[in-house]
Amino acid sequence: MSLTTESSTNFWLTRPFSERSTQIFLGVLLAALALVTLLHVAVPPDNPLHVGAYTVNLFGKYLSYALLAVAVDLVWGYLGILSLGHGAFFAIGGYAMGMYLMRQIGDRGTYGHPVLPDFMVFLNWDSLPWFWHGFDMAWFAFAMVLLAPGLLALVFGFLAFRSRVTGVYLSIITQALTFALMLAFFRNEMGFGGNNGLTDFREIVGFDLRSDATRLGLFLVTGVALALGYILCRAIVTSKLGRVSVATRDAEARTRFLGYRVERFQLFVFVVSAMLAGLAGALYVPQVGIINPSEFSPIFSIEIVLWVALGGRATLYGAVIGAILVNYAKTIFTGVMPDAWLFALGAMFVLVTVFLPKGVAGLFRYLKRRKRDDSANPDHKHTPEEASA
Amino acid sequence: MRRFLSLALLCFLLLGMTLTAQAQSTDAASSSTNDAAALELLEALDVESYAAKGEAITAILQSDDERARDWLQALLDGRLQRTEDGRFVLVLENRGRDWPVADVLTGEALGEMSRRDLERIGINNNLRNQLRSAIAVVDLYSPNVERRRTSAERLLGEVDGELVPTLDDLIEQEEDEQVRYRLTQAVAIYRAEAGEMAGIEALDGSLHPRSRVALSRAANSDDPVVANAAAASLAGIEQQLKINRGLETLYFGLSLGSVLVLAAIGLAITFGVMGVINMAHGELMMLGAYTTWAMQQLLPGQPGLALILSIPAGFMVAALAGVAIERGVIQFLKGRPLETLLATFGISLILQQLVRTVISPLNRTVITPEWMSGSLVVNDALSLTLNRMYVLGFALVVFAGLMLIMRRTRLGLEVRAVTQNRAMARSMGIRATRVDIMTFALGSGVAGLAGVALSQLTNVGPNLGQNYIIDSFMVVVFGGVGNLWGTLVAGLSLGVINQVLEPWAGAVLAKIIVLVFIILFIQKRPRGLFPQKGRAAEG
Repeated sequence: MSLTTESSTNFWLTRPFSERSTQIFLGVLLAALALVTLLHVAVPPDNPLHVGAYTVNLFGKYLSYALLAVAVDLVWGYLGILSLGHGAFFAIGGYAMGMYLMRQIGDRGTYGHPVLPDFMVFLNWDSLPWFWHGFDMAWFAFAMVLLAPGLLALVFGFLAFRSRVTGVYLSIITQALTFALMLAFFRNEMGFGGNNGLTDFREIVGFDLRSDATRLGLFLVTGVALALGYILCRAIVTSKLGRVSVATRDAEARTRFLGYRVERFQLFVFVVSAMLAGLAGALYVPQVGIINPSEFSPIFSIEIVLWVALGGRATLYGAVIGAILVNYAKTIFTGVMPDAWLFALGAMFVLVTVFLPKGVAGLFRYLKRRKRDDSANPDHKHTPEEASA
Repeated sequence: MRRFLSLALLCFLLLGMTLTAQAQSTDAASSSTNDAAALELLEALDVESYAAKGEAITAILQSDDERARDWLQALLDGRLQRTEDGRFVLVLENRGRDWPVADVLTGEALGEMSRRDLERIGINNNLRNQLRSAIAVVDLYSPNVERRRTSAERLLGEVDGELVPTLDDLIEQEEDEQVRYRLTQAVAIYRAEAGEMAGIEALDGSLHPRSRVALSRAANSDDPVVANAAAASLAGIEQQLKINRGLETLYFGLSLGSVLVLAAIGLAITFGVMGVINMAHGELMMLGAYTTWAMQQLLPGQPGLALILSIPAGFMVAALAGVAIERGVIQFLKGRPLETLLATFGISLILQQLVRTVISPLNRTVITPEWMSGSLVVNDALSLTLNRMYVLGFALVVFAGLMLIMRRTRLGLEVRAVTQNRAMARSMGIRATRVDIMTFALGSGVAGLAGVALSQLTNVGPNLGQNYIIDSFMVVVFGGVGNLWGTLVAGLSLGVINQVLEPWAGAVLAKIIVLVFIILFIQKRPRGLFPQKGRAAEG
């Protein structure tokens, strides 16, 4: 769309590499990937520095969450749309991947049917529903990972932005969207395995999902996807299109009066974000080995927003930090004292919004700025928090 | 002070409503005939003449002794016997040489007795027939109307040829309209099944399932006249049933709608006035429901009184919690509605987990008081459950109370002023912060009331609030923010739409359809059914 009309078309994708923050982020990410790989492969298992397959898997899960958080930050931080339904795009991407993995099981299921997945045999279905066709081919399934959430976002966003549904209203209907999808996917008749979802996966493009090597591979692929997604988002927000988005976020009516078709910018960014979320879901599913309707639950979608808020809105790298921090805390808490997790999560919501409106990233910036100039009079005008209404 | 008065007024309104509802009829338990009279009745059986025995049986039938049925059954089976010293006993099992017996009057077991010591009270075939029909209708002779009603109800479809003359006699003597109607129906069912026109005519318009069975049997009769009459009658009944089913759906829809209205109306106030998304609203409802439970624990054995007391108590608990939330969190997030949403969501998680940890993760049972259970029977095809009716009434009263507060009190005036133009209201001397606190307290208190009402309809557990929060948002958004009438109309209509769709699409699909409908509706009218007009709408 508008991207192609940019004057700096041949330049926009490479622009992020000249940014200091992107260089640092990519450097840290690649170093972390290399370090984990090294500690997993080169260090013998009895050494305390060894990173086990379970941990690699866990890190892979965090990275897919981080990609999801980047997607949410793109719409919330730079477009001012608080989507409480991004879990839906994540889950749809996950289901597309899950359907592919189900078809890969072939006749090795419990019932041994050559085509039908186990749950369909169990429900006495005699043929594959139409929307399951094609998912035995990897290229088709991987395309659907991006296209299915993208299409949903396109239709939903087209309707919503055209009628200028904004702010709180938009948040509520995105929540309704994911809630409706959750109820729908819980139904057996939908053909997505009901409340058990899709599971018992065996292999992905020929690699055994249960082997350590595949897990490491998935972890690395997720890391690379996160890096690419980050670069894409940075490229978008530093382009002219990104600047119009920010203008829309801060003063929608004014931007419209300046002659911009605000809804087109909103729609474009929203769809890109949904596709990234779908990709994150697709990377998540083979690593956790299951996808079920609980990923659609409104609570999960709100939790994603918390990651972004905690890390720092409208920074992108903050979203990554937030996703990893919160999920790491969740792993620790649910292991040590499961009852306390919801208290901690709830307290995080309250404390972050009240005391840390710019998140961890805002804290970094504040400290950096204090170190740099002694006047200690940071300019608040360009931070998103005051501007959003 | 006047604000508190108006709140108190609301509580009293609600209290008054429930109190009048408690007016009820308690039938004094019927006193059984004393044992001396019973003995006399039994003595009369032990005579030579069968004619005299027949009269004695009739006397027993009319005695309204609760044990009469057992005696007659025993007499029919030959188990009503007399010992040598003249006592009447029931033989529990007449096999072998020694029979276990029980006292006729007290029912107390008397151990075993040799059958030679016992003397049977004999009957003949005539008496046997009389007894058989008598046992079927024994309760119909009772002076207690309730017992006659249940007995007549039981006879539907159970009538055989021998009973018909007895029943015809009874119908003539019967004074109670309802019993007579039932008996006529019972006889008509027999006649219709036997293919008699009189029976089919009498069954016309009857909605009882048994009548329909009888009519459809008659419709398959070989006699074309009878078959046609029965078929016509059936078609009429089906029509009637359809109407009744429609009414029932409407009732359930309104009931569901009233719950939605209760849940949403507090939200409408806080959302409309302060632009605040209170995601903890559902948990405030949960607090109201748990207050009801706690009240019933405090007042064991008096669930009704506890429920009535929970109305003000639930209001206060939720209102105080609301004030704490407003002062503790929301006031720091002025003008940042999306952040408020996140913070209150955090509070909702904390409240849920708090209930799970302190009370229990399991559901608690809240007792439904007697005057709220049962149902109002309109006809054979339509009965309305009382608890839902109370909740419906309660919702309307709460709505009316809120309307009064908003329209007739100083608080309402100030709330409306702040809603329309905060800056202007402040410059006119309205203390907006105070209005915020009061509004939030009011909205939260209403959530507490909703919780009290919900405790009568669903399980009281930590997830109670969560189940309603999305629905209540939908109602508010659908109705138009800041418009109480909109909330009422939206809540009731969404409830009815849901119930109408349910038989056709199933419960889950109906809900999905409603959600999708609202999502699409918002695209068409982003400000809801009744949008605010003027500058307030540009917020």
